[in-house]
Amino acid sequence: MSEAWGPHDVGGRTGGPVDLAEHDNAYWEWQIDAMVRLALAKGLITDFAELRHGIERLAPTDYDELSYYERWAKSLASTLLASGAITQDELDGKIDAIRRRQKIESSS
Amino acid sequence: MSEPKFKPGQRVRIADRTPLTHHRVPAYAKGKVGTVERICGVHGDPEKYIRGPGEPMQRVYRVRIPQIELWGSYSGAPKDMLEIEIFEHWLEVAT
Amino acid sequence: MTDNEHEHDHARTFQPDHVEPTSEAARLGLALRELLIEAGHYSVDEEQAMIAAMQGASPENGAKIVAHAWTNDDYKARLLDDGANAIRELGFDLEPYEFTVMENTKTVHNVIVCTLCSCYPRSLLGMSPAWYKSSNYRARIVREPRAVLAEFGVNLSDGVEVRVHDSTAELRYMVLPERPTGTDGWSQEQLAALVTRDSLIGTQRELGGDK
Repeated sequence: MSEAWGPHDVGGRTGGPVDLAEHDNAYWEWQIDAMVRLALAKGLITDFAELRHGIERLAPTDYDELSYYERWAKSLASTLLASGAITQDELDGKIDAIRRRQKIESSS
Repeated sequence: MSEPKFKPGQRVRIADRTPLTHHRVPAYAKGKVGTVERICGVHGDPEKYIRGPGEPMQRVYRVRIPQIELWGSYSGAPKDMLEIEIFEHWLEVAT
Repeated sequence: MTDNEHEHDHARTFQPDHVEPTSEAARLGLALRELLIEAGHYSVDEEQAMIAAMQGASPENGAKIVAHAWTNDDYKARLLDDGANAIRELGFDLEPYEFTVMENTKTVHNVIVCTLCSCYPRSLLGMSPAWYKSSNYRARIVREPRAVLAEFGVNLSDGVEVRVHDSTAELRYMVLPERPTGTDGWSQEQLAALVTRDSLIGTQRELGGDK
């Protein structure tokens, strides 16, 4: 068996029992899913393969620790930063704003 | 699009290479030999994932590989199979 | 988009009814979403229409196709030969994918996985279960399918050939489960009600019926 080229290439690895618990998407997960599909529909990304490429380039520890839609978010962010559709400053500013909003939410 | 290079029933080997970009062949299938189960049409080559006019297209085959060929120590029945889709440029005739 | 619409969307990007995640990566996703909406790349209305469409797909779609195949041999033959076109015949709008339906028989059991990324026939089955996306399922089902199937309660004798389908490229798969015995004369609606999501993925083999 040849070397895997990314942390996504898990076929044939050993592992524990499959966790059969059902999990409905949280609303934010639907929002991420819709965002990626709309980004494709609007031409912000050219192909789903581009999203997959970004996921496959995650550090193995990130890949293993992030949930499914968190990986999508990370990948889409790196693609849109690279294409110039968004800037790092805009993104940092927005993350700060959300964090402040969440602090106010949680303390109210 | 040219004629399919392989036909159902033909023995094929999957290339053993690891391009440093997105590709659709998992490590466990690289270098393995199987049989063409069916031809699955023509699709955009995911290794050139910039879609648009003139996008490079590739024929896709479903390849059937005995599980005992894939794993050194397969614990199931000898007739168990794995099937996987492989793009044409990853296949060569196996003898 | 007019300025008014823009403001409207801006106000609606934050939806206090829904709990927001606090992980760094999820917050990154929310930030991206708000940036893209505020820049006018898409609207909240488009987002909500997309989410409604995604939530509208469920295994009932797959079940209808199965019930149709169980009651119509010609249709079943077309479904197994050219899944996508046979499915479109019944009016289902497929994503732009080839579709292949694999038939379970007394001597063959099919099961689906996507080891590289979790591709799933969402238009026919809805959202994939969490376990389908898990590393343990993706890693192990290709190498020890019988052991993994046993965890789902599917115990297969050596007389049954297991076929694992790794959905790595442009195709989507669905399993056509065996019609349960004791269902002669049942309507398509009654039959469809027997078909479960897991039986369409292949992690369930026996379906209920009039035993």
